[in-house]
Amino acid sequence: MKKFNIVVLAKQVPDTRNVGKDAMKADGTVNRGALPAIFNPEDLHALEQALRIKDKYPDAIVTIMTMGPARAAEIIREGLYRGADRGYLLTDRKFAGSDTLATSYVLALGIKQLFPVDIVIAGRQAIDGDTAQVGPQVADKLNLPQVTYAEEVLSMEKGKIIVKRRLERGVETVEAPMPVVLTVHSSAPACRSRNARLLMKYKHAKSVSELQEMSEDYIQLQKDRPYLLIEEWGASNISADTENLGLSGSPTKVRKIENVVFKAKESKVLSSDDEDINGLIKELIENHTIG
Amino acid sequence: MANFYRDNNDLKFHLHHPLMKKVVSLKEKDFSESSEFDYAPLDFEDAVDNYDKVLEIVGDICANIIAPNAESVDSEGPQLIKNEVKYARGTAENHEALTKAGLIGMSLPRKYNGLNFPMVPYVMAAELVSRADAGFANIWGLQDCAETIHEFGSDELKEEFLPRFNKGATAAMDLTEPDAGSDLQAVQLKATYDSNRGTWLLNGVKRFITNGDADISLVLARSEEGTLDGRGLSLFVYDRKHKSVIIRRIENKLGIKGSPTCELVFRDAPAKLVGERKFGLIKYVMSLMNSARLGVAAQSVGIAEAAFREAEKYAAERIQFGKPVIEFPAVYEMLRNMKVKIQAHRSLLYETSRFVDIYKSYNHLSEERKLEKEERNEMKKYQRLADVYTPLLKLTASEYSNQVAYDALQVHGGAGFMKDFPIERIYRDARITSIYEGTSQLQVVAAIRGVTSGLYLEHIRGVYEKMKIRPDMEYLHSMLVGMTSEYEKCVQSVLDVKENEYTDFHARRLVEMAGNIIMGYLLLEDTVRDEHYGHSAGIFIRKAYSENRERAEFINNFELKDLGIFKY
Repeated sequence: MKKFNIVVLAKQVPDTRNVGKDAMKADGTVNRGALPAIFNPEDLHALEQALRIKDKYPDAIVTIMTMGPARAAEIIREGLYRGADRGYLLTDRKFAGSDTLATSYVLALGIKQLFPVDIVIAGRQAIDGDTAQVGPQVADKLNLPQVTYAEEVLSMEKGKIIVKRRLERGVETVEAPMPVVLTVHSSAPACRSRNARLLMKYKHAKSVSELQEMSEDYIQLQKDRPYLLIEEWGASNISADTENLGLSGSPTKVRKIENVVFKAKESKVLSSDDEDINGLIKELIENHTIG
Repeated sequence: MANFYRDNNDLKFHLHHPLMKKVVSLKEKDFSESSEFDYAPLDFEDAVDNYDKVLEIVGDICANIIAPNAESVDSEGPQLIKNEVKYARGTAENHEALTKAGLIGMSLPRKYNGLNFPMVPYVMAAELVSRADAGFANIWGLQDCAETIHEFGSDELKEEFLPRFNKGATAAMDLTEPDAGSDLQAVQLKATYDSNRGTWLLNGVKRFITNGDADISLVLARSEEGTLDGRGLSLFVYDRKHKSVIIRRIENKLGIKGSPTCELVFRDAPAKLVGERKFGLIKYVMSLMNSARLGVAAQSVGIAEAAFREAEKYAAERIQFGKPVIEFPAVYEMLRNMKVKIQAHRSLLYETSRFVDIYKSYNHLSEERKLEKEERNEMKKYQRLADVYTPLLKLTASEYSNQVAYDALQVHGGAGFMKDFPIERIYRDARITSIYEGTSQLQVVAAIRGVTSGLYLEHIRGVYEKMKIRPDMEYLHSMLVGMTSEYEKCVQSVLDVKENEYTDFHARRLVEMAGNIIMGYLLLEDTVRDEHYGHSAGIFIRKAYSENRERAEFINNFELKDLGIFKY
């Protein structure tokens, strides 16, 4: 049986779905302190796709990779609880301030360390930036074909993968040679829950930075159980060129961020008469809200 | 994200009860398995943290998969296709989610791929699943059968069946027959040993079997020809792979519609004996029934929690006479009483679970080594307590669950009678709890032993009354002391008549009086660790006081000859 090597890219993001009053700072930037840090939702869909491949091919190795500050080790643990085999945390002060170009540069170098890789799977986009650029950029940097908006992997045979894509007006089934990069759409199946046994096994998994604050007993536990160590890679581990990292490697410049609050400008009151309802339907069809 | 465990502080509170230290270290044999299994806890704190985190998974699946599926499961129901039961779509999805999360076989030892959880967190999971969908809770809860195989089966039987549970095998307990309902001694399904084939063969009919088409079924059958009572019955395990059972039909029920209730015909169905012959009913089924009763009590509390939340939400949103109906005394009293009843029963539920935990752990330990005298005495003590607390709990929890569901529907007014709100389903689902696994009337028959033997009184006076309490709760404590004397007098006056039928007649009243006192004390105990329970303790004890007065008045103004005016 083929031992597929699968890398899942995941990002820790502020939970922008439940935004309170203090979600934005006065200067228009996101107040990360006020929002809980979560596993980017579409990356969970990506993880599920990887785990489904592993269900089918139990020898497959699913590696979860994330770039972020030390606390992003939580993302790796979350992946392990759900069935990933191992994880790498790409973390370095030099990575701070990365835009999508610098991020994909680091991720691509990280993935190269794990070569040969068969499939890289990422969520379509993260809910904090909503760019949907990182997955495609990684594919480009690794010189791999890419399938975006993936919804389901139909088969993986003889070096070829067949994938269903969810497009705005339909579904497209495509074939691509492997290795390949997939970005997964939120219409793909939701990620399975944490597994009780894996959770109890991996809840003590810690990164090197996290271990620095732990007791000696705890450090001993990590020595006895090497699988509990979450590896951290900095710029030097992935042979990154400092020029391409962080702010200096990020051509994107944010000029201004506005906090947009939607307000109703005009309103209409309709009765439940057939006449009113028909009128409304016509209007909505004419302005393309429906139909 | 919604989470049924995280949104209910009571559960975490009971997980940290002082007796848990004993429960956990017994179950974990002083944490000796952590070198053998990578998911075994390192110490007490690690174990409780495991329960907490695993219950969070249960709470997540309940809130985000099982509860949203409940309505479609109720309307779709299971189907019988070509002699196989096909679950409703949502049921299959629920089962798959829980299996993938490793939540089947929670209490089994790790060597059988179980989680080795004590009863307390396992019962909590049962409460959560029941709150999400009471019908589905039956299918999930039948993993209790694994515990029976584990407790009484041979090593060979354990090796064959137990590891399958964690992979998602479903189970059933086939006890009831058309002429053997409450009276299981009348079971007629025949077990004969076929020496040519070297196996037992089952022949006969079973009725009202929950999840009757399960992968693994425990079947109560008459193995001793010519016998008529319980001593001729043995317990067997039947594997669905033999395809020797005909499913006549799936019953059309009032509630818990997602759970398939089957009528089964066994035709030369090969089966394996569990434990020894003739112990089927008198030992194994009694034990199985006790876990099942604990399960129904958890289900009752879960249903009541679901009903209460629906009612509270509706009452806060529904505006009449210019304000939310929750602001009217007639409504807020109902809601407050519901919440208090639920908390009182939750305390009794986990108290009972702890008793069961301790004696079961000693029991398993006794198979590995000889118990010290002190340990043996403890085992006996907790087993006796569990034996009288379980029927008391099942009785009062299921009855209160029905009351809470009734009141919760009432709070909805006309809207509650329509299919538009979940409360009508919850109300229907509650109804079975006081019927199956022994009706309320039969629970009284078992629980009255706690009254007549003096065991309730002994535990009330010997343990609860001496508990350290908060000074501001002193007045409630003295009310309970008074209620205890009143109870003692009532018991004595009934026993003084020296007539079994007279005792039977007042049995439920006496059992419920004891239950009220016990729950009152438990809530009082809860206030020591968290003052928030003072609110519930105050309401519950005052209400219990007046309820017990009413029962005492009735008993005091009753004579043996008055039985005649009730008799048929």
